[in-house]
Amino acid sequence: MSSRPTSHTFKDNAAKAIQDGGVPRALKNVRQNFIDKRVKAVEALPEFEALRESAKEIKNHTLEHLDLYLERYEQKVKESGGHVHFAVDAAEARAIVLDICRKAGARTVTKGKSMITEEIGLNAHLEANGVVPVETDLGEYIIQLRGEAPSHIIAPAVHLTKDQIEADFRRVHTNLDPKRDLTEKTSLLTEARTMLREKFLVADVGITGANFLIAETGTSVIVTNEGNGDLTQLLPRVHVVVASIEKVVPTLEDTSQILRVLARSATGQEMSVYTTLSTGPRRATDVDGPEEYHVVLLDNGRSAMLGTEFQDMLRCIRCAACMNHCPVYHQIGGHAYGWIYPGPMGSVLTPSLIGVDKAGHLPNASTFCGRCESVCPMKIPLPKMMRHWREREFERNLNPAVARYGLGFWAFFAKKPWLYRLSTRLAAKSMKLLGRNKGSFQSLPGAGAWTQYRDFAVPEGETFQAKWKKRAAK
Amino acid sequence: MPRPEPGAKLRVALFATCLVDIVRPSIGFAAAKLLEQAGCVVEVPAQTCCGQPAFNSGDRRTTQELALQMIEAFEGYDYVVVPSGSCGGMIAKHYPELFADDPGLSGRAEKLASKTFELVSFLTDILGVMKVEASHKGSCTYHDSCSGLRELGIKSQPRRLLGTVDGLDLVEMKDSEVCCGFGGTFAVKYGPISDQIVSEKCANIEASGAKTLLAGDLGCLLNMAGKLSRMGSEIEVRHVAEVLADMANEPAIGKAGEKTA
Repeated sequence: MSSRPTSHTFKDNAAKAIQDGGVPRALKNVRQNFIDKRVKAVEALPEFEALRESAKEIKNHTLEHLDLYLERYEQKVKESGGHVHFAVDAAEARAIVLDICRKAGARTVTKGKSMITEEIGLNAHLEANGVVPVETDLGEYIIQLRGEAPSHIIAPAVHLTKDQIEADFRRVHTNLDPKRDLTEKTSLLTEARTMLREKFLVADVGITGANFLIAETGTSVIVTNEGNGDLTQLLPRVHVVVASIEKVVPTLEDTSQILRVLARSATGQEMSVYTTLSTGPRRATDVDGPEEYHVVLLDNGRSAMLGTEFQDMLRCIRCAACMNHCPVYHQIGGHAYGWIYPGPMGSVLTPSLIGVDKAGHLPNASTFCGRCESVCPMKIPLPKMMRHWREREFERNLNPAVARYGLGFWAFFAKKPWLYRLSTRLAAKSMKLLGRNKGSFQSLPGAGAWTQYRDFAVPEGETFQAKWKKRAAK
Repeated sequence: MPRPEPGAKLRVALFATCLVDIVRPSIGFAAAKLLEQAGCVVEVPAQTCCGQPAFNSGDRRTTQELALQMIEAFEGYDYVVVPSGSCGGMIAKHYPELFADDPGLSGRAEKLASKTFELVSFLTDILGVMKVEASHKGSCTYHDSCSGLRELGIKSQPRRLLGTVDGLDLVEMKDSEVCCGFGGTFAVKYGPISDQIVSEKCANIEASGAKTLLAGDLGCLLNMAGKLSRMGSEIEVRHVAEVLADMANEPAIGKAGEKTA
């Protein structure tokens, strides 16, 4: 896949998703599933609110001392025999990973699910340089077959139906019996397992992301439900962890605190099926594990968010609760957002990483309903930060001229109460006259963007303030 | 905020909101009636807009100018009451953050914020109103507007009071807490997405079987009424205050007709 953004064509992307109609249909059951399961998991844990607060404090503390904890983490990884590479941007991170692969003489690379490798466009880079990356998470495997980007950060193929996946498997897995039954979810899973099993065994390098990096011990942690991550990082000779700098937490204890809100918020599970901790390469007494252990730590714009109004975004643990509950995401799916991170968290993060000039639509395409913030386990004030992006756009004159003039026109009157009262009285009266005896306008000059989709109620005719004045004078 | 002394005559400033002022003054009168019935002296200071459209468009300076205008006009009253969770939330939650860095104004913004309330929650939570004198025949469903629900915690209060309206049968729609797709300028800037969201909302309203849709924010009501009307639906749409004040005799939002007795 490519990491080239199309966020600037958000409106077209969204319109296309709506026209296709398939995306909202495929999302409908899933979103209800995520939402209901989360509620059940949260209700079953009386201390959930307290845990949210504690998880937030842990991350806030870490971000205040990020340099310190990163140094500590690096030192601990080295002590356990691993290597740490710092990458300023995507290009640097890609080059580091490719270099490790080349030194290992790698031809096949297995991959656990990792949003950071999506962010840096790693697969395309490896392919272009003769290394074959194989996604081993079922959802990622499916979208890799299709040459697509993930449409959701924990359920990358959520936009697809079972039938579409069956068609893809039949198209690509040509060595298998054409008469086999692929109508059930379990048969699709078995088929993917069969195909992936041999890849696990031939891979020279395994690449994973990380949900946490523990400074105290130099450990990287992944949480998965399929076990593919474990095979990816244990079987090949070399294990490469690619993670962004804000994944670091101080201690094991902190990790277990945050783990208690992560799966509950994401899938409604108490814990993910696998929580796997890796510290360094295989030791002399270990029965398995890689001979080499590398960590590539990516910045890619994150350190520039520290100390700004967007710092809170770095608390994000990628649970996807925000998009699971977002009315906009529900209608358009993840691809419309035009880059790696969709939904509310993407609407805040994407402008930070690729520039608000390219991603300006994202923080604007929100009703500010606030449901994302209300379910965020890390209590990230997502609407507030989207508003901050709108402020930056306004300051830099990046929002559309018609919106600026409209706002300026309205503000001119709103700042002068007497003029406002006069003009609103005229407006209400003339709209009433224009509406004659109708209850609603089906079309209204200057309000086409509204009446294209819905009627507009004809005003009662007099303003409240004028009527109130008359009542008071009686 | 503590409840006022029993028997004290409270001077309450009614901030009608610009949409009520221009489109549907009857909501303002319904709000005034409810407040007066509860023993308040209601006044309507000269007003324009709380500044929310500018705030959500990123124009902080205009927002501050309008907020200051509001503070000056409304700070002299015991309470400020707003028949809207979104405009109420703007004053109660966002004014303090607007002036957080301005020592001269932050105190005044905080003070105004602490005495500003959305209408229905003011009646129940501050004035302790337990029931209303009203009757309304037929089934109603209530949509939880986002700002009222999530910024101000308004959920049980309107349902509690609606439960005391004679003849009213309250039925819950599916996903009453899900946004209607209005979102201020969002509805016009991202029309196709807004249309999808409100269409789903209207399908849930229809499926509830209710004859009347109620909510506490005119913006959301205009959006849902506009869509229901476009769909040819018979459902009547009203602000919750109209029913609570026993003043649901104007034609419903977006419907033609004359006032009934």
